[in-house]
Amino acid sequence: MNADAVSPHGEAVRPVPETTRLKPTSGFSRVLSPHELWRYRDLALQIAARDITVRYRQTALGAAWAILQPVGFMVVFSLFFGRVAGVSSDGLPYALFSLAALVPWTYFANSLLLGSESLVANSALVAKIYFPRIFMPAGVLAAGFVDLGVSLVILFAIVLIYGIVPTAAVLMLPLLVLIMVAAGLGVTAALSAVNVRYRDVRYVIPFAIQMWLFASPIAYPSSLISEPWRTLSAINPMVGVVEGFRWATLGTADAPWALIGVSAASALVLLVAGLAYFDRVERSFADYI
Amino acid sequence: MANVAIKTNGLGKSYQLGLSRRGYGTLRESIVDTAKGSFGRLAGRRREQHEGDTLWALRDLSLTIERGEVVGLIGHNGAGKSTLLKILSRIVEPTTGYADVTGRTGALLEVGTGFHPELTGRENVFLNGAILGMRRAEIRARFDEIVAFAEIERFLDTPVKRYSSGMSVRLAFAVAAHLEPEILLVDEVLAVGDAAFQRKSLGKMNEVAEAGRTVIFVSHNLAILQALCQRGVLLERGRVVTDAPVNEAIDSYLRTLERAAGGDLLERTDRDSRGYDESLIKRVEIRDGDGGLADTVVAGRAATVTVEVTEALPMMECRLAIHNTLGHPVATLDSEVSAPVDGRDPEIGARIECVVEDLPLLPGRYRIDVLLKGKRQIQDGLQAACFFDVEPGVVADRPTPIAGADGDVVLAHRWRLP
Repeated sequence: MNADAVSPHGEAVRPVPETTRLKPTSGFSRVLSPHELWRYRDLALQIAARDITVRYRQTALGAAWAILQPVGFMVVFSLFFGRVAGVSSDGLPYALFSLAALVPWTYFANSLLLGSESLVANSALVAKIYFPRIFMPAGVLAAGFVDLGVSLVILFAIVLIYGIVPTAAVLMLPLLVLIMVAAGLGVTAALSAVNVRYRDVRYVIPFAIQMWLFASPIAYPSSLISEPWRTLSAINPMVGVVEGFRWATLGTADAPWALIGVSAASALVLLVAGLAYFDRVERSFADYI
Repeated sequence: MANVAIKTNGLGKSYQLGLSRRGYGTLRESIVDTAKGSFGRLAGRRREQHEGDTLWALRDLSLTIERGEVVGLIGHNGAGKSTLLKILSRIVEPTTGYADVTGRTGALLEVGTGFHPELTGRENVFLNGAILGMRRAEIRARFDEIVAFAEIERFLDTPVKRYSSGMSVRLAFAVAAHLEPEILLVDEVLAVGDAAFQRKSLGKMNEVAEAGRTVIFVSHNLAILQALCQRGVLLERGRVVTDAPVNEAIDSYLRTLERAAGGDLLERTDRDSRGYDESLIKRVEIRDGDGGLADTVVAGRAATVTVEVTEALPMMECRLAIHNTLGHPVATLDSEVSAPVDGRDPEIGARIECVVEDLPLLPGRYRIDVLLKGKRQIQDGLQAACFFDVEPGVVADRPTPIAGADGDVVLAHRWRLP
């Protein structure tokens, strides 16, 4: 049954309404139920649209923030890591080297920051209305695409200004984004769910994001790490994503397949584990939020 | 089976006390609580039925509601009305039993939930509609109707944060009222907007009820329930105690209210859940100016309401809401809205007094709801803390009408006739 058969006076021939049994559940019930997600698809779109509209409303610079953040980091990193500390950049101009990494990183970090708060920030909704809760963190990940798109365009413009012509490796970008979104959704879903019970998450996140920034080869190349540790470090999915982005946008010669492969596997594990945890605790959100 | 909209069987919902009691916990709290063991739980004392540290908000509830029935849920605070609605609207899961719900459910639980202040009225209609379960096409089809009902045409493209509270409430109600689910759950939302809008909302609800939709209403306003519902279900401590035509259920509710007011107020379990409990309402009574009988006063003479509490706290404030027997509010007396005649008396002890000069009420029966504040927090709250009768008297030199008068209040007035 759905709403397609609505008439203005409520006398349309409705299909026989289906009966839902509401009962205590255990195990996996909702998140991974395609039927539920499909039924609420309009809401998913509305939430993503809301997140996009609201993000830069009443800001002076608007969507420019999407690029100011990574560019700001790029300037600081170029000065201190590139110039002062003389960190290697695999033979690339350091500014480009760091920007190609900062573009995906900014998306990831912002998704974590906003996504982990998404359920709590919408507590009035969660406490009063039923909808698949996963839409809240997922909506943040989806809304971030606008920023990511804007900053990718700028990144390519700068790449061209430097006289670098991207290779066919560019075609791998969607896969890299997919790995990043999978890892991001898994981690964000889990964190937003924990946040419902324990607001400690709020204090952990900014700190964890900084740690994660330096644990990923953003200011430095992963080639500084010797094998097998280098490949092993790609258990952090951002290692494969970041090195992959450099390869795909800057046209470096060697494809970091090993890193991407390990990171993809790790992202998949994070996604499944994160969603599984979310699903397990989702039913108690309204009791605790 | 075909004509059954909702069927619950042995439905129960329990809450763990302690962490969830007020707000949220932190990891540290839960570690400390575990360490403190049962002592930690003692501190989490709550007032309903206890079973260890579990509170049963709803217990073994079996109810069948046919399609097209309009049912009013009646009961004290904490009787389980809202919990039942929350289960039916799928916000929380039952702990035991099940509920079979046939058809799409729409809930009007609290007006304005899901409005985003930065979005415009237009954007919010679509967002809020989707949140309430409407399809985009459906909202588009009814968009003009919604906007016209809310009377906000001119402000459609203004962010909702610039709306007056009346405007946003009207818009929110309009969206919700234009839902077309087979089953509509309505929780205390009709008292929004100004009087004209309230009448309009009531009319809309009437329309919904008459359109053959299944509706469940929760309201403290018994007159509204009486007007809209055929059947009344009285809940007490999570169980059904009366399931009858609405008038019978209301009568039975009024009887339980009076019984509760008659007993020891400290034993009441239906207290305001926001209360901090540092001071509790112990006794409430109203007396005629020169002493006289408790809980019987005379129209046009001074009446004194006395609220005895367990503890005198700093910054104590008190609000008395007088209702008629149908639950219609008549007047609110609020010490926080102060006047030069008010005063604080350190000698008074753990009690609060409120004097009404020339009591302007028509003869009849009334009840008083009490809300107690102290230390800038809500400390306690009780509905129907006291019932009283107003005897006929003289208001501003004019005898109160004995019978046949409409309304609840008497105004001092003067005629000029030809």
